[in-house]
Amino acid sequence: MNFNATFIGQLIAFAVFVVFCMKYVWPPLMAAIEERQKKIADGLEASERAEKDLELAQAKATEQLKDAKAQAAEIIEQAKKRANQLVDEETQKGHAEREKIIASGYTEIEAERNRAKEDLRKQVAALAVAGAEQILQREIDANAQNDIVEKLVAEL
Amino acid sequence: MASEYTTSEYIKHHLTNATMCSTDNGIAFNKACADAGFWTWHVDTLAFSIGLGVLFLALFKSVASKATTGVPGKMQAFVELVVDFVDDNVKSTFHGRNALIAPLALTIFVWVLLMNLMDLVPVDLIPWIAGLVGSNVFGMDPHDVYIKAVPTTDINLTFALAAGVFVLIIYYSIKMKGITGFAKELTMQPFGHPLFIPVNFILETVTLLARPLSLALRLFGNLYASELIFILIATIGYFQLPLHFMWAVFHILVLPLQAFIFMMLTIVYLSLACEDH
Repeated sequence: MNFNATFIGQLIAFAVFVVFCMKYVWPPLMAAIEERQKKIADGLEASERAEKDLELAQAKATEQLKDAKAQAAEIIEQAKKRANQLVDEETQKGHAEREKIIASGYTEIEAERNRAKEDLRKQVAALAVAGAEQILQREIDANAQNDIVEKLVAEL
Repeated sequence: MASEYTTSEYIKHHLTNATMCSTDNGIAFNKACADAGFWTWHVDTLAFSIGLGVLFLALFKSVASKATTGVPGKMQAFVELVVDFVDDNVKSTFHGRNALIAPLALTIFVWVLLMNLMDLVPVDLIPWIAGLVGSNVFGMDPHDVYIKAVPTTDINLTFALAAGVFVLIIYYSIKMKGITGFAKELTMQPFGHPLFIPVNFILETVTLLARPLSLALRLFGNLYASELIFILIATIGYFQLPLHFMWAVFHILVLPLQAFIFMMLTIVYLSLACEDH
């Protein structure tokens, strides 16, 4: 362990190594590390932001779904109401039609009856007249007694 | 342990650096350099430390220039782990902005760690390879081929690291506090009276010099001792296997810890130099 010129050589080598390390080794490595740290920090921030966005979107979607459900329920309600209304209307219409048809039937029947009555009356009158004519052929002129026959017929 | 050595020869052989010096007859090696004095070079320390430093920088540089800010590969993830570890320690200890401290800490930590990890290479492996190369290529006597593979067991290296840190301590002290501020710090503490200036100066100078000295000696002492124990374990025959295993497992903790301590103390000292009390 003699102290000698090796000391000088080592001192120079040490200085050269430190300077080289300071100039060419440390700065690029540190730059890469810091750049990556920044990237990671940015990435974490972005992911956090995305998470928040997702939460917001989910809340929005839920809201919209609720709205849509409410709207659908309303529409169904309206449709039901409308259907009931239609059924009611139709029923009413049907009823009215029936009444009308029945009423017209009655009128027709009434008219038919009246006509039949008239016919019958005429026939009865004619028959009576014929009968009376035959009866009275022997005694009375038909025309002279016509008003009596008419009165009889009207009483029918 | 090669059998042709006695134990003390073996240990001595393992603890001797490969040296190089220039003599009157040109460049000489090892034993020829015994009288060369200060201008002797430990070629093994220099080669291993510079090799490991270049390995570290080449690895980190290649990752740095291919660094992606997206998903990193395994190598990049590992390098970033180390860089981030050092950066965290610097940020928690050194307040204020400084472009030098963090790369300095990274260089110290990884480089010292790599050099320390050479301690886990079996103690005979590298000297054996060096001996083979020395005898077969250069025709040397294998006993004359010395190699010490753990650069941090060389006091020259630990003192060079500490001296680099010490220069930075002085530089930042003067830069942040001014020459007068630095002088005041050395003379007006801990006793704030002009009468005490010499006492203060002695105390503060000792404090200042103790920092690099303790940095250098702590690393050297720990690594030298652990290397010595590894060598001692290697001398005891077959029982070395479990012992070596235990000692190596223990050093999985010790070696990074020493690198970490060196780095942390460097940061602390520089942070002290930059702060006003």
